[in-house]
Amino acid sequence: MGNVIVWIVWLAALFGCIGSGVAVVSMTNPFYSAIALIGNLGSLAVFFLLLQAEFVAAAQVLVYAGAVMVMFLFVIAYLGGQADAPWAGGSSWQRWAAVIAASALLLEIIMVIGLKAGGRLSDEAEVREAFGSPGDIGRLFLTDHLLAFEITSIVLLVAAIGGVVLGAHSRHGEPRYEGPAGVPVSRERTLPPEPVAATPHDASGAGVPG
Amino acid sequence: MNGPDVTWYLAVAGVLFATGALGVLLRRSPLIVLLSLEIMLNGANLALIAFARQQGDLDGQIFALAVMAVAASEVVVGLGLIVAMARRRLVLDVDELTTLRG
Repeated sequence: MGNVIVWIVWLAALFGCIGSGVAVVSMTNPFYSAIALIGNLGSLAVFFLLLQAEFVAAAQVLVYAGAVMVMFLFVIAYLGGQADAPWAGGSSWQRWAAVIAASALLLEIIMVIGLKAGGRLSDEAEVREAFGSPGDIGRLFLTDHLLAFEITSIVLLVAAIGGVVLGAHSRHGEPRYEGPAGVPVSRERTLPPEPVAATPHDASGAGVPG
Repeated sequence: MNGPDVTWYLAVAGVLFATGALGVLLRRSPLIVLLSLEIMLNGANLALIAFARQQGDLDGQIFALAVMAVAASEVVVGLGLIVAMARRRLVLDVDELTTLRG
């Protein structure tokens, strides 16, 4: 009985996964692609639960389907979601080369799984009830994989700083380098002229006795 | 485990990886290229976790979590680049961005 239910859940996750994956690649509007990717990540979390990876499934939903996809949707909303048809642009041979390369990759993976690994993967290790629980994962992170854990935190920090640097405006209060006198500076965008006004801070500071 | 064995999970991971690769190669919008890249990474993650379950070893799940952190960093930098491109009024098309071509 339990077997049948597992198979039904697995097939439902399979259809959700492959269907939303194809939808991400084939949708014209990037907004719908991002929504389809959320469905893809959700059905992958079901696979992770079936494989006794509870913590990874929870992290998948929180980090990916939550945080990362919200960031994607914000950027798509900011850019206005330009339509981009899957078969538009590029030359014809490029499109066919893309399809042929992807099918060759798929064929290769399926062949390797079928020929080389097929018979030997059916026997599985017996695992404890706590396999994949947050406690086990956390203990491994703080003992065997401490270096990887710390390096991951540095990678995240560097990425956050990089995102801020890439997205930062030039501040309006700062004087900008205008180039040497007499040499015209070409700019991508012309900013409005900055207001040159005495700040109230100076005026108030002058009146204080002492 | 009463359900499909690891081979089936690996097949799903392969199909996901090929779907993402098709999106990366075919689409022109850098946003959808990034989304397809996420599908490829998730295919690899599914294979890692399937092998972790089959071997009874949690190292694969640790690896999958590290991959998720790297993917999040990659999305931050990639989206930052796309926003910077849009702010400079560049065309958001990977075929048009040929400034660095030799």
